[in-house]
Amino acid sequence: MAYSDKVIDHYENPRNVGSFDKADEQVGTGMVGAPACGDVMKLQIRVSKEGIIEDARFKTYGCGSAIASSSLITEWVKGKTLDEAGSIKNSQIAEELALPPVKIHCSILAEDAIKAAISDYRKKHVEESAGPSSAADAPGAGATV
Amino acid sequence: MAQAKNHFEVLGVPVSFTVALDALDRAYRNLQSKVHPDRFVNATEAERRVAMQLATGANEAYQTLKHPLKRAIYLLEMRDIDVRSETSITMEPAFLMQQLEWRENIEDARAARNLGRLESLHDELIAEKRVRFSHLEKLFGSGAFQPACEAARQLLFIEKLEREIGDGIEEMDVA
Repeated sequence: MAYSDKVIDHYENPRNVGSFDKADEQVGTGMVGAPACGDVMKLQIRVSKEGIIEDARFKTYGCGSAIASSSLITEWVKGKTLDEAGSIKNSQIAEELALPPVKIHCSILAEDAIKAAISDYRKKHVEESAGPSSAADAPGAGATV
Repeated sequence: MAQAKNHFEVLGVPVSFTVALDALDRAYRNLQSKVHPDRFVNATEAERRVAMQLATGANEAYQTLKHPLKRAIYLLEMRDIDVRSETSITMEPAFLMQQLEWRENIEDARAARNLGRLESLHDELIAEKRVRFSHLEKLFGSGAFQPACEAARQLLFIEKLEREIGDGIEEMDVA
């Protein structure tokens, strides 16, 4: 399998490898796995009180494309709102990394992992986000942390 | 045209997840000896081709059915349940958490070149695999095919771990 230069770069120099404390209120954790290849991916986001993703970490056990997809998406989500991050499509990752058709599922894994992380974070903050969950209206006040 | 036989029919064993491996071995050897190329040296081209096809079919059936997870996947496929679907994604957090722990333990043992640790991880995994297969057998027995599909998918991860541990052990053996 010939990997693209971008895949090799992310594989050899993965960005944001590591973990945050799962129990931290500002952290959302998403885990996904692909039975077809046995790949497992853990993606975490740290969200500011304003609802912006400040930092992200991942730990992926899988092929080069799975590692590159998770590395890339952790770079992309930084500075984004939850809604913006949740709207990243696997096709954008696949395109950026020039993934061949047999590796598209790696980018799907990364998309699902970030969605799972966002939903984990939102579950921790249900009472605050009672209003519409549009990007700009993160409630600053009233949060009991 | 006769419809293609399924793997169980090819070997003449009942369609079931529970198979007697010795019966399977016997059926396979029996069939292979009947279609062995040595028996067809004086046969016509067409007869030889048929024998070859039967031998290939028997081999494929045997390789699939003797391996419990392949057998499970095949049985579910017969019911149009695609266990190995590329688009299927496992989300169950407890299971994935456990998977990550396994991976970290294997990674640490490999990095530390700790053969004893890898071997004990291997034993632990084999024990877990045994439990999971007996659970899978119960699911098939009660006709719970969708849960069986989930159980088979989890076993795909378990077998991946087994290969990872095996690779680690091999690495140290050659070094």
